[in-house]
Amino acid sequence: MLSAAVSILFDGLAYAMILFIIAVGLSITMGMMNFVNLAHGVFAAAGGYATVTMMRAWELPFLAALPMAFLIVGATSVIFERLLYAPLYRRSELDQVLMTIGFVFMAIGAFTYVWGPNPLGIELPPYLRGQVDLGFRSFPTYRLFMIGIGFAMILALWLTFERTLLGARIRAAVDNRRMAQSLGINVGRLFTLTFAVGSGLAAVGGGLAVELIGLRPIFAIQNLVLFLIVVSVGGLGSIRGAFLAALLLGIIDTAGKYVWPAGGGFFIYAVTVAVLLSKPEGLYGKRD
Amino acid sequence: MQFGPLVAVATLALALVVSAEAKTVKVGIVATFSGNGAELGQQIERGYELYLRLHVRDIAPHTIEIVKRDSKRPDGAEAKNAVLELIAREKVDVLAGFVFSPDAMSSAPLATQGKVPMIIMNAGTAWIPKLSPYIARVSFSMWQAGYVMGEYAAEKMGHKTAIIGVTDYPPGKDSADAFRLGFESKGGKIVDQMPIGGPAEVPDFTPYFQRVKDAKPNAFYVFVPSGNHATAVVKTYANLGMRAAGIELIGPGDITPDSSLQEMGDGAVGLIVVHHYSADYDTPENKAFVKAWKDSYGANSTPDFMGVQGYDGMAAIMHAVKKLDGNMDGDKVMDALKGWKFASPRGPIMINPDTRDIIQNEYVHKIIKDGARLKVSVISKVDQVKDQCIELKVGRCGQ
Repeated sequence: MLSAAVSILFDGLAYAMILFIIAVGLSITMGMMNFVNLAHGVFAAAGGYATVTMMRAWELPFLAALPMAFLIVGATSVIFERLLYAPLYRRSELDQVLMTIGFVFMAIGAFTYVWGPNPLGIELPPYLRGQVDLGFRSFPTYRLFMIGIGFAMILALWLTFERTLLGARIRAAVDNRRMAQSLGINVGRLFTLTFAVGSGLAAVGGGLAVELIGLRPIFAIQNLVLFLIVVSVGGLGSIRGAFLAALLLGIIDTAGKYVWPAGGGFFIYAVTVAVLLSKPEGLYGKRD
Repeated sequence: MQFGPLVAVATLALALVVSAEAKTVKVGIVATFSGNGAELGQQIERGYELYLRLHVRDIAPHTIEIVKRDSKRPDGAEAKNAVLELIAREKVDVLAGFVFSPDAMSSAPLATQGKVPMIIMNAGTAWIPKLSPYIARVSFSMWQAGYVMGEYAAEKMGHKTAIIGVTDYPPGKDSADAFRLGFESKGGKIVDQMPIGGPAEVPDFTPYFQRVKDAKPNAFYVFVPSGNHATAVVKTYANLGMRAAGIELIGPGDITPDSSLQEMGDGAVGLIVVHHYSADYDTPENKAFVKAWKDSYGANSTPDFMGVQGYDGMAAIMHAVKKLDGNMDGDKVMDALKGWKFASPRGPIMINPDTRDIIQNEYVHKIIKDGARLKVSVISKVDQVKDQCIELKVGRCGQ
């Protein structure tokens, strides 16, 4: 019984980290610009493909490929932000949804064209494979690694947001964009930067998820609902909210699958409905 | 002056006029060409195109025209729309394809109404051929591999207890029932059975597998759709250290398809599965097939069971075209297909004249490492397996 509880907490935590890393960028961009970006998964998929390609074609080690994926995808995303997203900032949400969902399908087509429809995998380095014995029981090494990366990222994001001038500006822009602008903050440029960082984080999440759920072109959309749930349960624009929501949903989903597999996705949706009924703006969302 | 070409054209025109009965047989293909099952659709397409290209002369003067439709999601709705359009507007002579079982199930009544033969190139739920007298299946029934695997696991591998984990849709339930009956018939005991996510998206399998690891059965029987699901299953099994914990992962060959075997890593080494095809079979028919495939689609492309099913499906259609001299009346086509035998790359196959389902060999595969490459080694085989679901009249198969 205790062993089951430890399993659930551990596996749930690892799963929550992936959810958080991918969803946090989405939360910030949606919170700051009120832009409905359904194409966030495209950058996660691109990160996965970048990781696989770098490891296979350039024989880069996994640990080097992940930061490279962050840089490459983050930088490339700026082009898309300027070309595709910027013209639609002041348009209606429906326009934004249509554009980004179209972008998703074009990206899936492009991934299929370049890498084919077959699933791709990566060969983990030996030190990330197998199990680590922590005395009382053993854990899959890769999951420990994911948890480690997740916490490192949360720490880095928290320090940036709470302790730097850049973070203060981003928070100001999320809280009240017009006021921030009138104080001389260039919200447009700030947004481009956050968009790039958010996309880069999604890319890292994508690279990490390859080992877990594999990589195919459809990756760009297959977990979209999950990411949107994390964002809305956590509250738009809140890092703390995204983290808590990922933790809550990751652990509850894992517990549900472990204890009652036939329940399927019931738990994750039940929690979502319960949270949104009591707090429609999410756990840490701002009230309009 | 050059008369050569002119004469050739005139002769050709004359030939066309003389053999006025040269027919164009329209074949409507419904498969997943995009989305979740895109790689499955690609295998089937490459399979039937290869056979068509290699054997197009066999049916001269008749020709085959392919009309492709994408069935997209595995829920059957798109497939049904596509079939309706293919029958009513395109007026196809034969339907073929059908990757996911719901696609075949939703389309079957239309085939009956339109009297259009429907060649199933994948969908493996046991009772699909019962849904319409116009269905013939060249792929497999979930029961063939599942039942044989159950018997083999209890009898030859000596497993006493097993847990079943299957993707939550009709073929998953079929595969679970088949394994259970086979395993229990040889004295094994099923201690738990659970659905492990749906076919549309690959879940994080770890919580399910952890539950199995904590329950400590001898064997864990898993069925998931081949492709991305399968890779994730094998990786999760390896990362959780389940083999070291004394739990053997077994299943139908869907969990180790040739096309993604190399992506699975060393965790796949030692797996034992039961299936009707692998690209590694050492027979002249298969070697010729794999060579033709690689010549056409590149050295990095490997046919898997989907590819072979597409290939054999086109062989069945062209057999009917030849036998009926291009007059593709629905009932006559079905008569031509009943009892049809073919030397497939997977071994000898036949369409059972009573059930219109396939009869084929089932092979016990063991995944071994050959240099840097993962490879299938055949350690046992059962000849000419019929569908035990229908033979034993289980559930809907008995109706």
